[in-house]
Amino acid sequence: MKKVFTRPKSLKDMPFHYCPGCTHGIVHRLVAEVIDEMGIFDRTIAVAPVGCSVFCYDYFDCDAYQASHGRAPAVATGIKRVLPDRVVFTYQGDGDLAAIGTGEIVHAAARGEKFTVIFINNAIYAMTGGQMAPTTLLGQVTTTTPYGRNREINGCPVRMSEMLAVLDGSAYIARVSVHDPANVARAKRAVRKAFEVQMAGLGFTMVEVLSSCPTNWGLSPLKALKWLEENMIPYYPLGEYKVSGDTTPLFRHDSGADGGLSKNDPAEVG
Amino acid sequence: MAKILMKGNEAIGEGAVRAGCRYFFGYPITPQSELPHYLAKRLPEVGGLYLQAESEVASINMVFGAAGAGARVMTSSSGPGISLMQEGISYLAGAELPCVIVNMIRGGPGLGNIAPAQSDYFQATRGGGHGDYRVLVLAPASVQEIIDLMKDAFDLADKYRNPVMLIGDGVLGQMMEPVELDEEVKPVVLPEKSWAATGRMGRDKKNLINSLYIVPENCEAHNLELARKYGTMAEKEQRWEDYHTEGAELVLVAFGTAARVCKAVVDMFREEGRPVGLLRPITLWPFPAKRVAALAGTARHFLTVEMSMGQMVEDVRLAVNGRRPVYFYGRAGGMIPVARDVYREAGKILTGGADS
Repeated sequence: MKKVFTRPKSLKDMPFHYCPGCTHGIVHRLVAEVIDEMGIFDRTIAVAPVGCSVFCYDYFDCDAYQASHGRAPAVATGIKRVLPDRVVFTYQGDGDLAAIGTGEIVHAAARGEKFTVIFINNAIYAMTGGQMAPTTLLGQVTTTTPYGRNREINGCPVRMSEMLAVLDGSAYIARVSVHDPANVARAKRAVRKAFEVQMAGLGFTMVEVLSSCPTNWGLSPLKALKWLEENMIPYYPLGEYKVSGDTTPLFRHDSGADGGLSKNDPAEVG
Repeated sequence: MAKILMKGNEAIGEGAVRAGCRYFFGYPITPQSELPHYLAKRLPEVGGLYLQAESEVASINMVFGAAGAGARVMTSSSGPGISLMQEGISYLAGAELPCVIVNMIRGGPGLGNIAPAQSDYFQATRGGGHGDYRVLVLAPASVQEIIDLMKDAFDLADKYRNPVMLIGDGVLGQMMEPVELDEEVKPVVLPEKSWAATGRMGRDKKNLINSLYIVPENCEAHNLELARKYGTMAEKEQRWEDYHTEGAELVLVAFGTAARVCKAVVDMFREEGRPVGLLRPITLWPFPAKRVAALAGTARHFLTVEMSMGQMVEDVRLAVNGRRPVYFYGRAGGMIPVARDVYREAGKILTGGADS
């Protein structure tokens, strides 16, 4: 019988610990597929964060590091500066990257560090029990914003891709989503582009992935994907915010599939 | 061999280069600035990298990455910056990564000042960060000793796969002394690091740099393994210098800059024919408890002299274990003990201490 679908070689044969309906599994798979397809498994190094994906070093079968909360970009800097011919990626959540690790991510991007960041934005701290994240939407109910995120008290959600794209050191910054198959395919292309830009030595690369957290959002997996599409994408527009190297657009202006929020041209957001 | 004049902070840098260190990650703070200045110039000459980080927190995590990748790597800072690094040092110890961290101690607590102090002794020897761990702590007292100990620091870090801290203060960092140096930098053969996570590159097994042991049984086993390692370090790595301790009735105990002051005090007493000696710990952790315990069998009193309100004195008391009185004299907040004051304190003990 012909095998038409199998586990990527870069992923270990072990069950994910993620909750049902969580999109970490999809993103892990996309990264692993890209590593396999590019034939770079042997020289790829993963840096795991603190958060739900803390154990991602157990799933990616390449050499790996487990970094302290928020510091993955600093750890990746140390690795890549010692081993410039390796492919290094960090995998970080929104609490890790956009709150406690803001200093590290901003300065890694500013220095143009040549590694790739896979940034999972699910608008919540999931592992610690559904607290407000820097990316939590206004009005969104979390365990620490039981009355909804209030602008006066908590300020507004942070748009990291837009913020990092303005830095001269960043070479590829894209925001994608994994709420439906078309977007999953697009997310994979973005990950590949980011790895290619890293390997071309053009600078800092990041793919922000809008992800769902059914458990802490209190929604079924399907409703969570719908909520992501209807609430997160309007605030966090999908698109490429910085492009270097291959400029084939990830998003087409004429498709309308992204609600007119696509951004191909860095000049548009610059 | 050439004899040249060198500042302590520069000697740390040159000592590191000669020990094969090629990576430095750091953030500016006084009073260790001459060290990054020196290495920013020197490392590129030997194909190395000096990288200025955005904070001490980032510095120590860059060290984590570089150490995990198998490099000889170091950072340096002073009090407040070292406080910021503590989480990272705990992770380095937990993941068993070798590196060298320099603390040129300044007056504290808080912002304190930039004057010389030894008040980070507890922080250095008691872990500083969270969890059960130890770092090996070296305390040189001269510029030549700085050069020599930098080599040992990197060797010990690799031998035990553990962070090593070298501590000094603004006096040691800024003073110039003649040092003997080989005229050329000899290539250093680094030990093989089969555990380093460098990309699998054909390796059968993946390498993981990690301090997470989510199952308590596994975490306890990891702690027991670390404790065994620290036990070996405590057994094998105690270092000290004896200065006229033979037949000494009163033994001064002091390290680093304070020990230099105490040497002058010992000389003053010895000129008068009075039996005073100095024990100078070179390793602060492991503390040279063996030597202190042995001296407690011959000396009648101990006087610990520190540039703090009294921190190492606790280790002296633990080692003496109640057998002899242990006195303390210290200056704090960036003040340095003056020889005549220590001489007076020691004199009081010698004349009146017999019955204490």
